[in-house]
Amino acid sequence: MPNAAEKLSGGISSELLQKHGAALDAWFDERFAKKLKEVEDTKTPSLAIIATKGTMDWAYPPFILASTASALGWDVSVFFTFYGLELLRKELNLEVSPLGNPGMPMKMPFGPEWFQGINWNIPNAVMAGVPGFEKLATTLMKKTVRNNGVATIQELRDVCVEVGVNLVACQMTVDLFGYKREDFIPEVRDWIGAASFLPIAQKSDVCLFI
Amino acid sequence: MSGTTQELDARGLNCPLPILRAKKALNQLQSGQTLRIRATDPGSVKDFDAFCKSTGNELVSSEQNGGEYVFQIRKH
Repeated sequence: MPNAAEKLSGGISSELLQKHGAALDAWFDERFAKKLKEVEDTKTPSLAIIATKGTMDWAYPPFILASTASALGWDVSVFFTFYGLELLRKELNLEVSPLGNPGMPMKMPFGPEWFQGINWNIPNAVMAGVPGFEKLATTLMKKTVRNNGVATIQELRDVCVEVGVNLVACQMTVDLFGYKREDFIPEVRDWIGAASFLPIAQKSDVCLFI
Repeated sequence: MSGTTQELDARGLNCPLPILRAKKALNQLQSGQTLRIRATDPGSVKDFDAFCKSTGNELVSSEQNGGEYVFQIRKH
């Protein structure tokens, strides 16, 4: 009858274990740490993003992170769902809204420096009543982006497409809002549901909901 | 050819464009060749450091020259 120690240590006799147990433990720990590091060093990191917003300001985080991660050599997947689908349209027509967005600074991207420094504190209730306010805010935001040498959404999306970021769209949202697949860029790799994206997210090192 | 230096002008560009342009330029180079980047984005100093660490390319130099930053990256 083999005793418990023999069973646990895969055939190494208890006598041997008693004699060399500490040394074996130390050897294993060292080797295990080395192996772990090897695995970690050779592993390609991966990023999975769930993009749910369809405004210009919210389009930046997923595309900046996806393009940068791919530049770092990571595997990247982005799942576009609900309003996030707007980011995959052939013709990008994204707007920004100061409504319900109290953190958004209202500054003018032109004129002398003192003028550009003013934060126009316009109450949300007033903005809501002014026709075309969002068009104006979008125009100003685009100008601010240009002035600061920040990439356009189109530019960032082109990079993502070029480097082969795995862009997938939510089929349920397409059906829900009555979109057609032809409305979207042909580089959409797949039309999937939550059950297909979750396994991708599960295996990723970084998973972000935006 | 080893030692060849390619130039990239990333002045006026902001995060993450200098990194994205550099990555694209590095793709055209062969191992051992060097890319010299000029940028004005102060954030690019830390970004290029992190970029090189995680891509295995060598950051040969990172200098500040007035309002300009100059990086030299040797392709892995």
